[in-house]
Amino acid sequence: MSLEQEFELIRRVPIFSTTDPAMQKLLAFSSDRLTYDEGQIMFSAGDPPDSAYIVMEGEVDITVPTPKGALLVNTLTRNDVIGEIGIFGDVPRTATAVARTRVEALRISRDVFVNVIRSNPDAAIALVKILADRLAKTTAQLRRMAAEGGR
Amino acid sequence: MILAMERSLFAFIFRYSKREQLLIVPLVVASMLIYFSMLDLPKAIINEAIQGKRFPVPEATVAFMKLHFSLPGFLGGGQVQLFDGFALHQLPYLFALTFAFLTLIVVNGGLKFQINTMKGWLGERMLRRLRYALFDRILRFPLARFRRVKSAELSTMIKDEVEPLGGFVGESMITPLFLAGEALTAMFFILYQHVYLGLIAIGVVGAQALIIPKLRRRLLVLAKARQLGARQLSGRIAEVADGVIEVHAHDTSNYERAEISSRLGTIFRIRFEFYQRKFMIKFLNNFLSQVGPFLFYLVGGYLVIAGSLDIGTLVAVIAAYKDLPSPIKELIDWDQQRLDVQIKYTQVVEQFTDEDMMPAELQAPVPAPQLPSAGKLRVSNLTLAGEAGSKLIDGVSFEVGLDQHVAILGSHAAGVAELTQMLARLVVPSSGQIDVGGTDMIKAPEAVTGRAMAYVGPAAYLFPTSVRDNLLYGLKHHPLSERTYEGKALKEFDFQMSEAKRTDSTLLDFHADWTDYQAAGASSPQEIETRIVEVLKTVELEETIFELGLRSAVDAADHPGLAESVLRARESIRARLAAPGMQGLVEQFDAGRYNRNATLAENLLFGTPIGKKIFDIENLAGNEYVRRVLRETGLADDLLKTGHKLAETMVELFSGLAPGHEFFERFSFIKQDDLPEVKAVLGRVADAGPEKIEAVDRDLLMALPFKLISARHRLGLIDEAFEARILRARRHFAEQLPADMRGGIEFFDAARYNGAATLQDNILFGKVATGQAQAGNRIAAMLHEVLEELKLRPQVASIGLGYQVGVGGARLSSADRQKVAIARALLKRPVVLILDQAAAVLDGAAQNRIVTSILESRTGSSVFWALQRNDLAERFGHTLVMERGRLAEQGLFADLKSSGGALHKMLNAG
Repeated sequence: MSLEQEFELIRRVPIFSTTDPAMQKLLAFSSDRLTYDEGQIMFSAGDPPDSAYIVMEGEVDITVPTPKGALLVNTLTRNDVIGEIGIFGDVPRTATAVARTRVEALRISRDVFVNVIRSNPDAAIALVKILADRLAKTTAQLRRMAAEGGR
Repeated sequence: MILAMERSLFAFIFRYSKREQLLIVPLVVASMLIYFSMLDLPKAIINEAIQGKRFPVPEATVAFMKLHFSLPGFLGGGQVQLFDGFALHQLPYLFALTFAFLTLIVVNGGLKFQINTMKGWLGERMLRRLRYALFDRILRFPLARFRRVKSAELSTMIKDEVEPLGGFVGESMITPLFLAGEALTAMFFILYQHVYLGLIAIGVVGAQALIIPKLRRRLLVLAKARQLGARQLSGRIAEVADGVIEVHAHDTSNYERAEISSRLGTIFRIRFEFYQRKFMIKFLNNFLSQVGPFLFYLVGGYLVIAGSLDIGTLVAVIAAYKDLPSPIKELIDWDQQRLDVQIKYTQVVEQFTDEDMMPAELQAPVPAPQLPSAGKLRVSNLTLAGEAGSKLIDGVSFEVGLDQHVAILGSHAAGVAELTQMLARLVVPSSGQIDVGGTDMIKAPEAVTGRAMAYVGPAAYLFPTSVRDNLLYGLKHHPLSERTYEGKALKEFDFQMSEAKRTDSTLLDFHADWTDYQAAGASSPQEIETRIVEVLKTVELEETIFELGLRSAVDAADHPGLAESVLRARESIRARLAAPGMQGLVEQFDAGRYNRNATLAENLLFGTPIGKKIFDIENLAGNEYVRRVLRETGLADDLLKTGHKLAETMVELFSGLAPGHEFFERFSFIKQDDLPEVKAVLGRVADAGPEKIEAVDRDLLMALPFKLISARHRLGLIDEAFEARILRARRHFAEQLPADMRGGIEFFDAARYNGAATLQDNILFGKVATGQAQAGNRIAAMLHEVLEELKLRPQVASIGLGYQVGVGGARLSSADRQKVAIARALLKRPVVLILDQAAAVLDGAAQNRIVTSILESRTGSSVFWALQRNDLAERFGHTLVMERGRLAEQGLFADLKSSGGALHKMLNAG
């Protein structure tokens, strides 16, 4: 196990790709590398959002609780980031993340994440970009639903 | 019993110490008589013994110690001979006289010693009295006063500023008496010897006494200004420290710098002038002192030559004059000190005077007052005037049963906080009545209000003691039982009590047991633990305390049976960790293996240092024995290389961070301040090569890797071969450990309890593995299970209660602080429990749970709760709605909510 691998991983994450290498290394150094067994819950809807994760190995199911039971909304794999938006809001997690296989992930705690964003305007802009994309997606989804409902 | 504080210092001194002062007077008079003889005797020595005036022939003798006195004329005159004396020749006579002189010196020294000691005692007693009285006043100040005064100022005033007062009190009356006596004796002696010489002495001394004090007046003014400036400076510094967040948030650090600098400048200016004047005065004073002898040599010498004065007298006169300036100077000093101290005293007394001070009777100690228990709480026409004359609370009246739960709602300036504080009688209303079960609460002493009521505000204060002591704080009103003392301790106790009595201090014994177990519903110290656990559960703090217990390191000797239980728990944990799915959660200690989840230091020592005296875990590299082991096992080079790499990595990672970045504290092996130094060391090593590295640089680099945890830091710096060498060093360390260092370390031993490690570490006997998701939570759950099974939970919780909360409770989270404060209030089972937004810092869900459980625990007892969240009022039987200091409406929350009244409007306003 060496820091190099995690460093490489962080470089490929869009939010951090523009920060300088020393910061990327520091981020790798200050995060935890965790192993999850198959079926283990990484976090549940309703938990306080205390960290973001980068998947290094394996697959993670993201589900949303609905009255009819958990609804699978996404499956994330290597190099995907989980929960990075949630930590900027003060609301509990809206989704649950479960390891579909054995998962290795890098956990970046909330305050470290916030700190990096605060001191790196490029990273902040990357984050805003991601937010804007998602907002556009959600708006489109809403429009579609409204159109379907109106019919 | 508490003294009134006199406005003038001398009135204060006279009132409380005149008896002691009078006792010293005879000693002073005796000392003056001896002093006179000491001035007179040298004359006899020179004239009679040395110059031999009374020995006309060598065989002549003189009677020594002949006692006689002359009868006055009306008794017929003549002399009465009491003792004929010893007949002595010249040389023995000289010896006799000089030894008599020595005797006088000793006796006078003894007298002075006695006087000084008595003065010291006297002063200390008065100082004690003054400090006690001032502290007593702090306890009786109205709460509003504390908004205006800074706590640090109060404490420095009592601690530092009155200190010189104590010194002065001892001097206040005796010193002028003594010094004036001395000066007058000397003056009288000179006059008695020769009138001219006496007049010269009077002239010079008189000039000194007149001019110098006048010059000194200005010094006093300066000193006072300086003191004021210094106090304001300290206040401003404290303010800046308190408001440091605002300073950073508004970039006003330079503004603050400028202000402090300007204040320092003012103080400097004052001092500057002060020194100039002070040394000018000194010069003048010295000159005048020296002029005296000049005149004596001149005039006295002339008189001797002219034959109208003998040489012995001249010598004696000069000696007497030499003694004159020092009492005069000291008298002047005394006078200056008097002015100075008087000003100080007046200032302090002014600070500690408040018209609204609570009468002392209200705080008189009462062992067991009659408390109201049942009936109604009636509030009628309650009004509180604000400082600007406005009414904060205006004519509030209501009546509720003492078994009811009352919610108080209101928006920001509704007067809710004031109302709760008045209910708890923390603030005395301007007018109106509060009657609890037939007792007038406004006139009731604190012995009643402080026991019948409990109040918890929005940010309660915890004292820097243990959690347990904080919880029991609400029960310490009066000593429960006298403590018995024996032998030496009894003597000391009696001494302390008699001194306390002399200074009108309290006679209640601080070391007695003050805890009122009965009030808490317990009958013994053991039973109260059960009650504490109950209230902790009510406020959801029990779990936290339990965890604090797990994180404490305790000496097994203080807890019988603990070591055995912990070892059993360790066994149980070991078995559970072997179960499938649990392996790898904890890496247990194994003498033959390197523990990758422990630091390099822990791996090397394979134990926990006891204290810091022998092995300081923060500075192992500096330990002589550790260095020897490293040298002997060849590990020193490994550590140096690793330290070098680690330093390079740290410099690379952290150099780019802004100063003060929190990552340094959390992640770096090198403190930010040390980073430049480390960089310099790396530069030197690169230049000179690792072989020629200097000893200091070498030490710095070698110290770095000790905190390295290979599993967590993932730097790949410790390979298997390195691990094997560390294991060898570990064995070497244990085998060669000198006998006198054995007490400095507790080795990891699967069969032994380790008093230097925390309970959790003891039970796990290893380190929770990093990299295992949720290992911490799973291990915590496992620990709970095991401890529950072994019935160890209460003992661990009890250890957790010993946790020190730190200054202001800073070592607890703000939510836990409030919980401790609520638990403290619940524990004393008050008749009325008053809470002002006491749970507001808790998160929403926790508030719901805690409000419910507290109300449940207070079923049938009175609760007043000022709530921040209106919806919580549903749980209360009665609701008061406050609006701009008036009680707008009251009733059941559900009814008020939809009645269209004040609450309805408030809820809909958002």
